[in-house]
Amino acid sequence: MRRVYLYTRYERFWHWAQALILIGLGLTGAEIHGVYRWLGFEEAYELHTYFGWALVVLVAFTIFWHFTTGQWKQYIPTLDRVDAMIRFYTVGMFRGEPHPYKKTELSKLNPLQRLTYLGFKIIIVPVLGTTGLLMIYYNRLPEWGIHVSLGTLAAIHTAAAFLLLAFFIVHVYMTTTGHTVFSNIKAMITGYEEIPEESPAAGD
Amino acid sequence: MRDKRVLWWMLLGFLLVSLAAVQVLPAYAESTPVSVAVQEQERQVDDESTADHTKFEILKQDFKNAVEVTKACLSCHTEAAKQVMATYHWTWERTDLPTGKKVGKKVVINNFCVAVVSNWRRCTSCHAGYGWKDANFDFTNEELVDCLVCHDTTGKYKKFPPGAGHPVYEPKEFPPGSGKIWEPPNLSEIAQHVGPTSRNTCGACHFYGGGGDGVKHGDMDSTLKAPPKEVDVHMSPEGANLVCSDCHYKGTHRISGSRYHVTAKDPHGKDLPVPDENPATCESCHGLAPMKDAKLNDHVDKVACQTCHIPAFARGDKPTKMWWDWSKAGDKERGVEKDENGWVTYDPKKGEFIWAKNVTPTYLWFNGKMDVMTLGEKIDPTQEVYINKPHGSPDDPESRIYPFKVFRGKQGYDPVNKVLLVPHLMPYNEEDKTAFWASFKWGPAFEEGMKAAGLSYSGKYDWVETTMYWPITHMVAPKEKALQCGDCHTKGGRLEGVPGVYIPGRDRVAWLDTVGWTLTGLALLGVIIHGGMRIATASRKK
Repeated sequence: MRRVYLYTRYERFWHWAQALILIGLGLTGAEIHGVYRWLGFEEAYELHTYFGWALVVLVAFTIFWHFTTGQWKQYIPTLDRVDAMIRFYTVGMFRGEPHPYKKTELSKLNPLQRLTYLGFKIIIVPVLGTTGLLMIYYNRLPEWGIHVSLGTLAAIHTAAAFLLLAFFIVHVYMTTTGHTVFSNIKAMITGYEEIPEESPAAGD
Repeated sequence: MRDKRVLWWMLLGFLLVSLAAVQVLPAYAESTPVSVAVQEQERQVDDESTADHTKFEILKQDFKNAVEVTKACLSCHTEAAKQVMATYHWTWERTDLPTGKKVGKKVVINNFCVAVVSNWRRCTSCHAGYGWKDANFDFTNEELVDCLVCHDTTGKYKKFPPGAGHPVYEPKEFPPGSGKIWEPPNLSEIAQHVGPTSRNTCGACHFYGGGGDGVKHGDMDSTLKAPPKEVDVHMSPEGANLVCSDCHYKGTHRISGSRYHVTAKDPHGKDLPVPDENPATCESCHGLAPMKDAKLNDHVDKVACQTCHIPAFARGDKPTKMWWDWSKAGDKERGVEKDENGWVTYDPKKGEFIWAKNVTPTYLWFNGKMDVMTLGEKIDPTQEVYINKPHGSPDDPESRIYPFKVFRGKQGYDPVNKVLLVPHLMPYNEEDKTAFWASFKWGPAFEEGMKAAGLSYSGKYDWVETTMYWPITHMVAPKEKALQCGDCHTKGGRLEGVPGVYIPGRDRVAWLDTVGWTLTGLALLGVIIHGGMRIATASRKK
């Protein structure tokens, strides 16, 4: 076993803060969308807006963090060994085969994570943020030369929210697929992950 | 030495008094009832006026009739009658600006008491004049203007219902057979106590439109003479204590605000320092961004103030009429019927009624323009017949979502000529047997009504359902009682069915939701199957 320091303090703070904010946004957003009634529309809307602004601030700091630490390079997409990854999750895992990807401090995301997180960062969150802000300032859009209907903005916002929900479900599940069920989550809390020194002999 | 001691005592005394003041004053302020504060604010009418009418010799005479009073008024107020005669209060007729069509009480037809023509002396008890009892009324005679109906401050001046605008000059019974005797008012006393208009004077007619308290408008009834704050935040003595003319007055006897041409949206905003043509809009006082919350203010381009701030109409003591079926009238054996509230649901003279209180308005896109039916206009009885129809659409920048009372009824029409019929209800005199309220026969009543209106009548009549829209703008509730976000931002809410606008919470793209929830379901299913397989195959892992 090898203890690897994967996630720095800011990264962990960012992750969990973002998780809380997104869960809050999801719950209040669903109520605004009329999925259920709990807080009431007014309360849900106000909270949703606060969470939205909190996310804007968090994302601003995190973009700064990405570029000052060079961590953005972790997200450079690659198709290298994606096939092996897919094979592992669909077949190998059930046969007890080892994970085909070795996490290191320099490269802590596997190719599937790189692709998914990049999509999350450059498509889902920006689309949600942009349409969200446009809806907050909806009445001033004509002054700014933007002509788009509230219905269109809401539809795009909703579509991105559903993608985020699907991501969330799979993401949470995938945390259990580490060395042990909780090793990934532990790593995101403590920063350290226990990684087997050398995998046991392949094939049992 | 002694000076110093005095100084110390003075200081101590000052401290004690200050302490006492700090203790007592806030308690006093808190315990002061709202009504006391209001009384202090109440306009000091007599103090404001530069004339004491009790000192005018000409008003001390024993007036033979009300026309004599007007003559006396005009001897000083030389231009007053000319001013009144230029207004709708006198003409009962106005030109609809976009179309040039003549509208107004004189020429319209409705589904309450239907038409003025041939029923003059009853209807004109609310005309600001004296003696309009037939088609020959002299609209140029200044002495026929009624000053007192608007300027009486005693509350003792009353126009006699079938008196063609006059009060009684000798005791008379009305309604006939009711035993209620109308005593002649003391015109001299009243003339010596004239003053500004009030909720009482305006309300004497406007609260009783359609022949009774609260019948017509839905947002106006006698409660507004002194409404609780919950009923009307503007007119309540505990609220702003406004009178009608605070909003509805433009100087020189001109009145602002009209149901024939409503200002559904006032982009001009506050009327101080520069007024616009209608000072009676909400925006005239409250401006264009009246709320503290920016998102709430975002609504004012599409939602009229009234929509949220008048959560229901007929919130006062009186119900308003929602349905009036003239076809059932005439059954004298049935007699007057009342429901459990004591509200008249059948009157042989008028037919069947439905009343309601606390009514949720109907919401429509409205740009202030009304299509108004006038006498003799063709109808299509196979379609819904509109007495008036609000214009507006979601794509029209002048339109906003606006609340209405929708009033329906059944009334007579000519199935051959396809026009609504004018019923002659009120007998011209005791000999007149053509009137419905004299003979209870529709044939002669319609014949005389149509003749008086100068319209041809085939001699056949039938009944048709008609619809009338009443814009709701009074009975503004305190802000705590305004609609909440969730009242509209929900499925099946207040604005369900209002087209052309995306309301979060009410609207969604159905297929997108289906795709989205399917995706969510697949993701869940996927992880459950995957997790299950991991558990099932866990033994293989070493």
